[in-house]
Amino acid sequence: MYAVRLWSVRHAKGLNRFYKAFERVLVALHPLWNRIGYDKVERPFQVMEQATKGFLFDCQMCGQCALSSTGMSCPMNCPKTLRNGPCGGVRPNGHCEVKPEMKCVWVQGWMGAENMGDLSKIKDVQVQVDNRLKGKSSWLRVVRMEKKVGEFAPKPPKAPPAKKADAAAAPKPAGEGKAA
Amino acid sequence: MSELHFDPAAPLPHLPGHSSGGRLERILRAGKFAVTAELNPPDSADPRDVYDRALVLSEVCDAINATDASGANCHMSSVGICSLLTRAGYAVIMQISCRDRNRIAIQGDVLGAAAMGVQNILCLTGDGVQAGDQPEAKPVFDFDSTSLLKCIRGMRDEGKFLSGRKITVPPRVFLGGAANPFVPPLDHRAIHIGKKIAAGAQFIQTQYCYDVPMLRKFMAKVREQGLHEKAFFLIGVGPLPSSKTARWMRSNVPGVHIPDAVIERMEKSKNEKAEGKQLAIDLIQEIKEIEGVHGIHVMAYRQEEFVNEIIHASGVMKNRQPSRAPRPETPISISA
Ligand code: SF4
Repeated sequence: MYAVRLWSVRHAKGLNRFYKAFERVLVALHPLWNRIGYDKVERPFQVMEQATKGFLFDCQMCGQCALSSTGMSCPMNCPKTLRNGPCGGVRPNGHCEVKPEMKCVWVQGWMGAENMGDLSKIKDVQVQVDNRLKGKSSWLRVVRMEKKVGEFAPKPPKAPPAKKADAAAAPKPAGEGKAA
Repeated sequence: MSELHFDPAAPLPHLPGHSSGGRLERILRAGKFAVTAELNPPDSADPRDVYDRALVLSEVCDAINATDASGANCHMSSVGICSLLTRAGYAVIMQISCRDRNRIAIQGDVLGAAAMGVQNILCLTGDGVQAGDQPEAKPVFDFDSTSLLKCIRGMRDEGKFLSGRKITVPPRVFLGGAANPFVPPLDHRAIHIGKKIAAGAQFIQTQYCYDVPMLRKFMAKVREQGLHEKAFFLIGVGPLPSSKTARWMRSNVPGVHIPDAVIERMEKSKNEKAEGKQLAIDLIQEIKEIEGVHGIHVMAYRQEEFVNEIIHASGVMKNRQPSRAPRPETPISISA
């Protein structure tokens, strides 16, 4: 909800602190998720995450949450889905170029970062989103990343791992572009 | 028979510390005041429409910006314009907007552009489709300007696509980003530019500047962070044709800020067109004195014929010849 979203930015500091604590709990519960199976908990996590973050931030479930680097203003609500800062079209009143009735997500983002009292995180360059993760739980992803589970598990050390994965993905590396 | 004696798009000999073989980078790194100018893309398939406009601009600028459907209006593409201009030996800045193409298309275009002789690329977010003539279009925004910069820098410096796949001959391009110091969040605009520079921007071209005090504030913040030592700042200027257009621009073109005083100045004058020109000259003269400014970027929408006059009258090109375009004997067409 728009009004709640604005409230969340005003309370970015507290929310971020709460989230960091929550994240630690999730990571600590890794043995539990592991026992049940990460695949099995994925769906309930999605539902929970969508409900809470949807309410607080109008979260769009990109699956790779950047809220702590965006002043708790969800960048996926920007009509251009910009993840690194505002475009050049922000209106003089701080509203969005595309949706004049909405406050620019990034004017809000900088406010949130000010509120958090830490401008270092918002300076991190965010790379383009992985569209395959849309709809997935970003919380669970953080735990998997931390605990090196699933796609984050260390690759077998022997052969150069990156190359091997490449070769497996592309059937004929030499004949690229001739797939058709 | 192919009779190509001299390739006008060939890069200049490599200089240490330079990322491109282009003229713009040389001018800037040599500490000269640079001038770039925007070419209004034609709504036609006639190459002469491009060449005619380029000829006028090239006499007074170091590189020509080929816009990428700016304002979300459809025109000849930036790739197309660059293809025409590079084969005639002009120095170009190819603009890439994130609005219309996804990452696969853009990385391919970067290689194609570099192969044609494009030495400079300006990475832009792009105006929203709602601003243009086809608001029903699908906005892409697979990248944003910052992640795009980082991607192209990776292609150039690491010789890799985003996937990690190797590029055998990387694109040697000088990378630019855009800034708009005149819209909110004003206090954070300079930090945001710092982020673009961290992602790979080597030069910055700004939105139209009609408010010098505001620019000064922005540049002070830029200097505070030492950004003017990490990237070259080219400030956008352009003649206003009339007070009416000025009013229209500020309410219809996203991101254009024109103070009331400027519009009043236009209204009070007898000849608004001449006043607009004079205003541009005055602005350039003020802007070039600001510490950390390395050049100007002229955007004279449908008024290319004035660019020459404005540049000359402002005196920014005084002691040098712009790195001119094609030599007359340059063979432009290659017959097979
Ligand atoms: S004005 Fe703000 S919210 Fe709107 S498109 Fe630009 S960056 Fe996104």
